[in-house]
Amino acid sequence: MTATGAAVAASTGLTDEERLLQETVRDFATRELAPGAGERDEAERFERPLFERMAQLGFTAAPFPEEAGGAGFSYRAWTLVMEEVAYADMAMAITLSVHILSQYPVFACGTEEQRRRWLGPMLTGEALGAFGLTEPHAGSDASAIRTRALRIGVAGSPQAYRVTGSKIWISNAPDAERYLVFATVDPDAGSAGITAFLVEKGMPGFRLGRKERKMGIKACPAAELIFEAMEVPAENRLGAEGEGYRIALSALGEGRISIAAACTGLAQAALDAAARHLTERRAFGGPLSEQQGLRFMLAEMAQKVAAARALTRAAAEAKDRGEPIGEAASLAKWTASDAAMSVTTDAVQLFGGSGYSRELPVERMMRDAKGAQIYEGTNQIHRLIVAEQVLKRAAEAR
Amino acid sequence: MRIVVLLKAVPVVGTERLTSDLRTDRSGTLEANGADEYLLEAALKLAETSGAEVTLLTIGPAGATEALRKGLAMGAASAVHVADDQISGSDGTQTVELLAAALGRLEYELVFCGADSSDGGGGVVPAALAVRLGLPYLSYASQIEPAPDGSSVRIRRLNPTGYDVLEAPTPALVMGTQVLGEPRYPSLRGIMQARSKQVQTWTLADLGFEPSAVGAAAARTAVVSAERPPERGGATVIRDEPDAAVQQIVEFLATRRLL
Repeated sequence: MTATGAAVAASTGLTDEERLLQETVRDFATRELAPGAGERDEAERFERPLFERMAQLGFTAAPFPEEAGGAGFSYRAWTLVMEEVAYADMAMAITLSVHILSQYPVFACGTEEQRRRWLGPMLTGEALGAFGLTEPHAGSDASAIRTRALRIGVAGSPQAYRVTGSKIWISNAPDAERYLVFATVDPDAGSAGITAFLVEKGMPGFRLGRKERKMGIKACPAAELIFEAMEVPAENRLGAEGEGYRIALSALGEGRISIAAACTGLAQAALDAAARHLTERRAFGGPLSEQQGLRFMLAEMAQKVAAARALTRAAAEAKDRGEPIGEAASLAKWTASDAAMSVTTDAVQLFGGSGYSRELPVERMMRDAKGAQIYEGTNQIHRLIVAEQVLKRAAEAR
Repeated sequence: MRIVVLLKAVPVVGTERLTSDLRTDRSGTLEANGADEYLLEAALKLAETSGAEVTLLTIGPAGATEALRKGLAMGAASAVHVADDQISGSDGTQTVELLAAALGRLEYELVFCGADSSDGGGGVVPAALAVRLGLPYLSYASQIEPAPDGSSVRIRRLNPTGYDVLEAPTPALVMGTQVLGEPRYPSLRGIMQARSKQVQTWTLADLGFEPSAVGAAAARTAVVSAERPPERGGATVIRDEPDAAVQQIVEFLATRRLL
């Protein structure tokens, strides 16, 4: 494994275990994920055996404590996994990120019984997870969800819920076995009615709808979830009624750091590819890397990657210290996804005609970057979250 | 069954450099020697199937701990690191003496090692070590099968028409090849578990060596000069659909009477 300059910069300040983790994931991603990434994208195909291989090595259990069946790594260490997987294959990184996202709330808010029953097969990767929040009428405004959960049984202590409605853009949906689904028990209560449910593939009344036709991360298929009076037993309710919104936001805080890390890895891959191209491609009697204008572009790309990584690590470290992560996660996700979009677009530009061709991976990287500015909170929503925190501090300081 | 795997820490492949006095520069990042990792994998498989206990043994600078940490994360039970500033510059004979002394302090039925290292590439240590220790030497193993009671070991060695079967009583030294199988990736849990595994560090004094007995000054061989290989030019790169590419390669070889 050849250590590039970028790789060395990315490993400073890490523990011995984190560096070995980074090296292991990089080695795996380079050898197992990168070679088929283009073909899987072209075929819009999720390859379960690759996910299972990652699970065997413990990627699916990485950021959970050992006593909960996890590998016991920090969240900062998790960002290293995401960076390296996304460097080779952004779609697989998002599959993995969503899988973790759908586990985190069960780990954080589930009962002992729910953790045992639900997390076991997800930590080992036998079951793939999906996170069902977004609806046709509720994207950024997640409190507006309409999927309805009606109580069945005694008031105050329902035996089950009958869930009706639909979800769209649910990543991993076509292949998943476990879904964390948000529905409202009281449509008039806004966010206070939202409740989280653990839904399994094959529950009567649950089926998949249309598969989304996406611009990027095509090897991470997304689909519509349709619930037609699906009966969910009360023991599958996660947290109390009305706690769902808080659960969703908390999970998304962690998920956004994970997405930020994936974007950093994707941007790094585009930067490295562009740098190699500039040294190899010759024009006007010398390598392109001698053109000052192109050097400026390359430097600005490197600046964006470094900023993305710094904010991502800072947010992960805040989480590891148990501090609030809302603002830090938004700053990281917004900065890193913008960096990925900008750096991959510049990489295509630096490659010229060959960059525009589907024969080379940079065009896929550019398509894969775009979605990250939209999912897990649009970058406009992240500006609102950051502004709110800034104004809150200003008010407190007066 | 106790297996000691000799695991050399070498400069990361592709970053090798010589120092001004023509010795391998080990000041940069080191990694486990690829050829040794095949043997580590074979040992770990035996640990899984027959409960063998695997110990890693390395001689090298402080940076060699990275290679040991990886080996422990892959599943080895413990490690021994022979480290002493005086060792730098030692030649193959001195390396063999040091390894023999270190092995003298360990209990084992089998010693495993790769055919050569990606940095020095001398390839003399396995056979010389077996001779020095008076152990049966089973080389170029493509498969390793110890007897269930550990009293003997049988290996297969590929030959042009099939394979030879070699058998020897233990303790014995086995040198193997990549045919043994690709080394595993460390698991994430293995990386965490490696933290609590024992790594013993032994100095020259621990092994009963005088500092003057090792190192460049006492080495019996020296590199007198080193040159870069000439650039290879004129490579023909064929980019085409598999069927068409195969046809072109066949034609290329046929015109040179290589087919």
